[in-house]
Amino acid sequence: MTLNQMKIKATLENYVFIFPAVIIFSVFYIIPFIWMFQLGLTDWDGISFTRAFVGLHNFKEILQDNNWWQSVRNAGYITLIALTFQNILAFMLAWACDREIRMKNFYRVIFFIPPVLSAVVVGLVWRFIINDVEGANIINRVLVQLGFSNLAHNWLSDPKTALTTVALVHCWQGFGWGFLIFLAGLQTIPRELYEAARIDGADSWQAFKKITLPLMVPVIVLVAILTVLGTMNVFALIISLVGGEFAGHTSVPVLRIYYSMMRSSRFGYACAQGVTFGMMLVVISFIQYRFIRKPGKIKC
Amino acid sequence: MLNRFYYKSKKIILNSLIHIFLISVAITCVYPLLWMIVSSLKTQETIFKDISLIPSQLRLENYFLAWKAGGFGGHFLNSVVYTITVVFAIVIISSLAAYAFSRLRFKGSKLLFYMFMIAMMIPVPGSFVALFMLLNKLHLRDTPIGYILCMISVGLSVSIFLFKTFFDKMPQELEDTARIDGCSKFGIWWHVALPLARPVLAVVVVFNALNVWNEYILALIIFDSRRHMPLQVALQAFQGEFVTNYPLLMAGLTITALPIIVVYLLMQKYIVKGVASQEVFG
Repeated sequence: MTLNQMKIKATLENYVFIFPAVIIFSVFYIIPFIWMFQLGLTDWDGISFTRAFVGLHNFKEILQDNNWWQSVRNAGYITLIALTFQNILAFMLAWACDREIRMKNFYRVIFFIPPVLSAVVVGLVWRFIINDVEGANIINRVLVQLGFSNLAHNWLSDPKTALTTVALVHCWQGFGWGFLIFLAGLQTIPRELYEAARIDGADSWQAFKKITLPLMVPVIVLVAILTVLGTMNVFALIISLVGGEFAGHTSVPVLRIYYSMMRSSRFGYACAQGVTFGMMLVVISFIQYRFIRKPGKIKC
Repeated sequence: MLNRFYYKSKKIILNSLIHIFLISVAITCVYPLLWMIVSSLKTQETIFKDISLIPSQLRLENYFLAWKAGGFGGHFLNSVVYTITVVFAIVIISSLAAYAFSRLRFKGSKLLFYMFMIAMMIPVPGSFVALFMLLNKLHLRDTPIGYILCMISVGLSVSIFLFKTFFDKMPQELEDTARIDGCSKFGIWWHVALPLARPVLAVVVVFNALNVWNEYILALIIFDSRRHMPLQVALQAFQGEFVTNYPLLMAGLTITALPIIVVYLLMQKYIVKGVASQEVFG
């Protein structure tokens, strides 16, 4: 074998290493991604051989699609609750665990059980705990015992409370993520900083405000980005918990996309919805990402 | 003296308040699971009437019924097969690629690596619509192999990223020694790099296993025929089709959830490490 041939063989060998990954990823990830943009410009029922090119018509229709925007609002509402309630709870729990305290590991193990469960399991179990049959509803029973019997009702089949109930179950499943990331972040803060602050006469609230919070800003932004991406894409939980969009009260964008495709057989429109929503998410995470860079540079 | 007593009691009160807070959240985390397991042992009549967490009788035959008549046995096997195949393939394929990106020099390596990384950051809600069409064209829809290939592609980016970060930090000398001993590139990857990467390997395995076992939406659109369905989709279908037999459904849910909880409790260390490594992205 000449030197040249050996060189070629070595190069080919290198490509063999990446070949399976590149092929599978291109075919099942990149191509659908690109194809989605192209299909978004067509009107197609998914069966017929001809696809009518309609330009930006689908996107125009999305702008006027009330069902779509309601689903975006619903997802935004769930995300808002997750960003505030869920992440504040996670932060408080992490802060409570970031000290010399007994059973720290026990708490850490327990708090991450809900996130490892699937959305289907979580949705179906909570569905039968809080709804459907009155007798089993532990929350209603507690309310009745406390004397608030007028508040006890079917939380998931009341249009007023359905979405909030979904949001709270979502928070129940998700706070463990934030908790673990916050805890990991808190543990990187050097203990000496707190001691120095104590010697300087700062109380624990001041230390929290002047040391913990500023140093945690990058972690908080990271958790916020992960929360937004995770929550805006909620789908399986809605299906299992409510069973569907409940006349629009619990519809979310991914559910709308799924219905456009499976129920109305409008594949082009479904793709356009996917593209629109994907771009919205990219913009939102980009805005959040800007926050990481700026305050992160301020060291105390 | 009084002062010291004051501080000590203040500390005790604060600590107990913290514990009460933590314990009440912990109870909220565990209660639904206990309710699920206990309900799976009751009868259709008592399941919603008797809400105590200690069942009056244990109907273990619910599990037998769920496994056979409910069909959960077959779906359980499907889930196991999908999970093992996908995780095994991801480990091999992504570690090969990550090793090449980290150690071997070839044209386009940077570009291809960035392709994987950018794909990880761009959210693609609804790309399942195009994927559905693609699988239809390739005649892979409603087949296990189609689902497995899709799930492999989902897990590749993150796994390549985790492996590459590890390989970048790995000392070069070990590989040089192996090369001098006449080891081929593949030999080095298999005999040197992969065994050294065991801690990352565990993170990759656990995370992908959780991901595949819990996956719902792709399985929902890919499978029409019942016999191929994994547990998650089958549960939802079981729930929707008949007047629900609640104890059987709860038994099915327990069958679905328990393996994951056991794996989690055993591999807890690696999961915590994997979650903490998400900070790398920030």
